[in-house]
Amino acid sequence: MAAIDLRPPRLTVGPLAWVRKNLFSTWYNTALTLGVSWLLYSSLKSAALWSQTEARWGVIEANLTLFMIGQYPREELWRIWLVIYLLAALVGLAWGTWRNAARGFAVMALGAGAAFALICFALNWEAWINWLIADAILLIFFLIGNFLPYASRVTVVGWLLYFPAIFLLVAGSRHIAALPPVEMSAWSGLLLTLLLTIVGNLGSLPLGILLALGRQSKLPIVRYFSIGYIELIRGVPLVTVLYMADILLPLFLPVDVRPDRVIRAMVGFILFEAAYQAENVRGGLQSIHRGQYEAAHALGLSGALTTALIVLPQALRAVVPALFNSFISLFKDTSLVAIIGLFDLLRIARSVIAQPEWLGTHREVYLFAFLIYWGFNLAFTYGNRRVEQALGVGKR
Amino acid sequence: MSDETKSQEIIICRDVHKWFDSFHVLKGINLTVRKSEVVVVFGPSGSGKSTFIRCINRLEEHQRGQIIVDGVELTNDIRNIETIRQEVGMVFQSFNLFPHLTAIQNITLAPFWVRRTPREQSSELAMQLLTRVGIPEQADKYPGQLSGGQQQRVAIARALAMQPRIMLFDEPTSALDPEMIKEVLDVMVELARSGMTIVAVTHEMGFARAVANRMIFFDRGEIVEQGTPDQIFNHPQNDRTKLFLSQILRH
Repeated sequence: MAAIDLRPPRLTVGPLAWVRKNLFSTWYNTALTLGVSWLLYSSLKSAALWSQTEARWGVIEANLTLFMIGQYPREELWRIWLVIYLLAALVGLAWGTWRNAARGFAVMALGAGAAFALICFALNWEAWINWLIADAILLIFFLIGNFLPYASRVTVVGWLLYFPAIFLLVAGSRHIAALPPVEMSAWSGLLLTLLLTIVGNLGSLPLGILLALGRQSKLPIVRYFSIGYIELIRGVPLVTVLYMADILLPLFLPVDVRPDRVIRAMVGFILFEAAYQAENVRGGLQSIHRGQYEAAHALGLSGALTTALIVLPQALRAVVPALFNSFISLFKDTSLVAIIGLFDLLRIARSVIAQPEWLGTHREVYLFAFLIYWGFNLAFTYGNRRVEQALGVGKR
Repeated sequence: MSDETKSQEIIICRDVHKWFDSFHVLKGINLTVRKSEVVVVFGPSGSGKSTFIRCINRLEEHQRGQIIVDGVELTNDIRNIETIRQEVGMVFQSFNLFPHLTAIQNITLAPFWVRRTPREQSSELAMQLLTRVGIPEQADKYPGQLSGGQQQRVAIARALAMQPRIMLFDEPTSALDPEMIKEVLDVMVELARSGMTIVAVTHEMGFARAVANRMIFFDRGEIVEQGTPDQIFNHPQNDRTKLFLSQILRH
């Protein structure tokens, strides 16, 4: 008898059938659908009406540069564009090198660039040309990535160099004539928010990993120091850590070393976030089965090699969602630097509202700030998902 | 005893004791294994047989007595232990492959990082070993994509990649479905016939009959009886041995 060749039943459903099945299947489902639609309509209607008639969106237009870079000197604005161009180049390079793995990001970046260009063009701002240049650079480097020898290595090195490069470009240096130093007190707006996020996250993860390993160490001094540190930092609010970093850090340093307030805030974030990342990583370390250590030891791997090659890769992969959760928390927590006198995005928003000509524009300004935070978090969430897919979290 | 036989002795255990808290797991084990000898250790669960072979590469520490492997005494000196572990391969009941690495990466890891074998050379060796255990086509798969029998064969290849002088097997087929036991045993039989020194904890009596030079019956932390497969299967002396054999051979 020939085997019966059956295919799985096809479950394609048209939009109309979907609506009927999911929204109007029973009388109470129908009632719920209609009720919720009415609620949505009535609440959004007034919001839409407000945004069309009363809202003074001019406040955003007039202060956009302020939102973005705060007090950063306007004649040095090209450095910020250079940071964006470099990012475009690296995203393009990654796309050309790794194709599918980086395509989503690249397409998103292209889309964002195009959207910004369009908005700027519509508002008659010169910046549209900068965004078009960024998109063009991305595409050019996509092509370069396709043909470059050792593309993978070049791309990785490029990304590793990117973060110090941002710092150098934004801060400038006394030793480079083309890049005169910019006072850190001028770092503000979205620029400051993002710099704090990047430095805080990149600094706290390695420190957190060390603390998590320290907490499992057989050496009592290392273990108790790690436990003490984690419990101390977790036991106090972020605000107090920022105050401590701001006020106490100078006391521990030589008199002639006076790190700027921005640096002190970055140190505060790193110290604070490291305690949380340590606990995230510890969760991953505990998920590693004893057999993994035994297999590694049985092969003659030393303790350090076992940790670096066997334990950490698996532990970190297991806690990617928790790590990203902390990334996102830190991004939003940067708004607390206002209390030690720094002007992050949200603090700038408040100062904009205080301008005499824009009194009473709270709604517009806060809505704008809300959209910026939310937009970046969407990108982080997407990044989280891509990293999980690439590492096969929950699959292998 | 002549020097000739002495130099042949690759594992020497003298009066080995071990306790888990106050529980006396190993009660004075004396055992000498010569080069190319195949020793099968069997006995009821909880008898200390796994603990004993895990002492040979110091995954467990013995607390009294002496263990000398390939001329080096096992002490707390970490460098000694790492050297010994490179000479002693081990295969576990639950495979313990590294799930984040492919089959071939599992095999090349230790030669590359511990022996400093260049990458191409260690890949070549890994492919040879995968061919030897019969699954060269699975080289680029992750452990989670392999069957139990295939995973255990990769684990054997991984241990062999360090070119050990001794192989320890800790119940290598106990976690396998019946149809996969044979493919693993075939590899072990081939290994035994190639002259490898093997100490295996297993209840696969077919394997023992086919290749073992000596069988050791463990019970309650002691070696109760030892002898050739013929002696053990056909003329067991001790009542406990007889009882245990009758239990596992009945069906």
